[in-house]
Amino acid sequence: MNSTSAFSSMGGGKTGGFDPSIAHLTHVPRRHYGRWVASALLLAALAYVIKAFAEGQIDWTVVGQFFTAQSIISGLGNTIIMTVCAMALGIALGVLFAIMVMSPNPVLKGVAIFYIWFFRGTPLLLQLLIWFNLALVFPRIGIPGLFEARMVDVMTPFVATLLGLGINQGAYTAEVVRSGILSVDAGQTEAAKAIGMTRLTTLRRIILPQAMRVIIPPVGNEVISMVKLTSIASVIGFAEVLRNAQTIYFANARVIELLIVSAGWYLMIVTILSIAQHFLERHFAKGSSRRSRRVARPALEG
Amino acid sequence: MMPIVVAADVRKAFGTVQALDGVSIEIPAGQVLCIVGPSGSGKSTLLRCINQLERIDSGAIWVDGELIGYRRVGDKLYELTDAEIARQRLTSGMVFQRFNLFQHLTALENIIEGPLIVQKRRRNEVVGEAMALLERVGLSAKRDAYPSELSGGQQQRVAIARALAMKPKLMLFDEPTSALDPELVGEVLAVMRDLAHSGMTMIVVTHELGFAREVANEVAFMDRGAIVERGSPQEVLVHPKQQRTRDFIAAVLA
Repeated sequence: MNSTSAFSSMGGGKTGGFDPSIAHLTHVPRRHYGRWVASALLLAALAYVIKAFAEGQIDWTVVGQFFTAQSIISGLGNTIIMTVCAMALGIALGVLFAIMVMSPNPVLKGVAIFYIWFFRGTPLLLQLLIWFNLALVFPRIGIPGLFEARMVDVMTPFVATLLGLGINQGAYTAEVVRSGILSVDAGQTEAAKAIGMTRLTTLRRIILPQAMRVIIPPVGNEVISMVKLTSIASVIGFAEVLRNAQTIYFANARVIELLIVSAGWYLMIVTILSIAQHFLERHFAKGSSRRSRRVARPALEG
Repeated sequence: MMPIVVAADVRKAFGTVQALDGVSIEIPAGQVLCIVGPSGSGKSTLLRCINQLERIDSGAIWVDGELIGYRRVGDKLYELTDAEIARQRLTSGMVFQRFNLFQHLTALENIIEGPLIVQKRRRNEVVGEAMALLERVGLSAKRDAYPSELSGGQQQRVAIARALAMKPKLMLFDEPTSALDPELVGEVLAVMRDLAHSGMTMIVVTHELGFAREVANEVAFMDRGAIVERGSPQEVLVHPKQQRTRDFIAAVLA
């Protein structure tokens, strides 16, 4: 404000805080010594672990040999197929039940609340076992006269796993979708109504596309978690990666080697999915993540 | 001339607050009605009831000769379905205080969404009309801009074009300039003035008394859920008869 008086009071630049002659000096960024120390410690720890694995009772040629073994690859295929199918079922149910929970219809709302309560309230492993053993409750399935089948024929490990994972996932995804829908401004619904949209058209065209921005990150997280959850289905004999790896090491006793093979494949799938998630998020951020001025109430001038 | 809107003894309460306390009004087609009044006087609620964004507690409203929200069978009024209410809303276009442009769509996409999805019209035809509307509100260059890239005034002009794209018989404006920076109010009022001169029937809830005096055929003053005074802009805004109207105008001009 009154820089002239400030400069005049410094008396030739020797006393006080003001010395304009230092303006040409080079700026040196702050040094982060702590980071260097931490990095060195971490590298040492990593080297120790690598050394342990390298010198341990691990036959790396076995790892290499089984990494692309036919049984492992087919297990991997099953893991991927199951992830895709269960997640698709989970998202479809999640959207459906989220809409039902928010519906003004008390019957739909009640059904959805019960669904979410039941499937979030019991362990996934238990649900898988129930599906797999459903023949004990319903020995036969079908519409009498039209078609009928024995439940044990229908409820294969694949079907039981798909239902178990997908329906359980739906209960969680419903909550994610619901929070996504709630994140969209109520004015959007009013504007959609004002141009004559019905409730469902508004959801499909206006609300869900905008809710996606909030929904995608947690759902991406859930897809990644689903890849690994499929391994739980090994208990009911679904032939995914881990199950097939176990089958092999029961025969050849190369336990750690085959677990490393499985871990390697899981990490690879998850890495690819993380990259895909990044691009999806960018796509659905359109129109909103731009660093432009937000619409605001008139700002008061100072 | 047949009235475009008729309201008969309309009541609407939010909890214990009586937002509309027996409002009756007839609005002739082809005219511009400005509704003024203090905040909380029920003027926005009346507008939202005409467009069925709020459901009325009792009374009846007709828009373009059709009873809205209900079907009369004998001496009872049966509530209409979601789809029937959606169809009735096509008679009127609405412009909101906070613009409410669809954030995930560009200016052009905002305008064609209704004609394309609701009216199921052909895309090339609809895009042509939308471009003409953007031209009319002076925003042809912004066709591919997202709402977040537009100023408030530009967003409101796109919102007006979006409402016009449905070819409504009646335009409802709910405080269209209240959320704007002062220097952006003029451009929106200019578009509305142009619309009024083209003969569009308009109901405008506003605090812009200058605009009301210049453009309105009629001004209604509302207070505590009722229409207190109604007449020409000259009568209501310059020589009000009621004390409450006089107090309000004095407060606004102060």
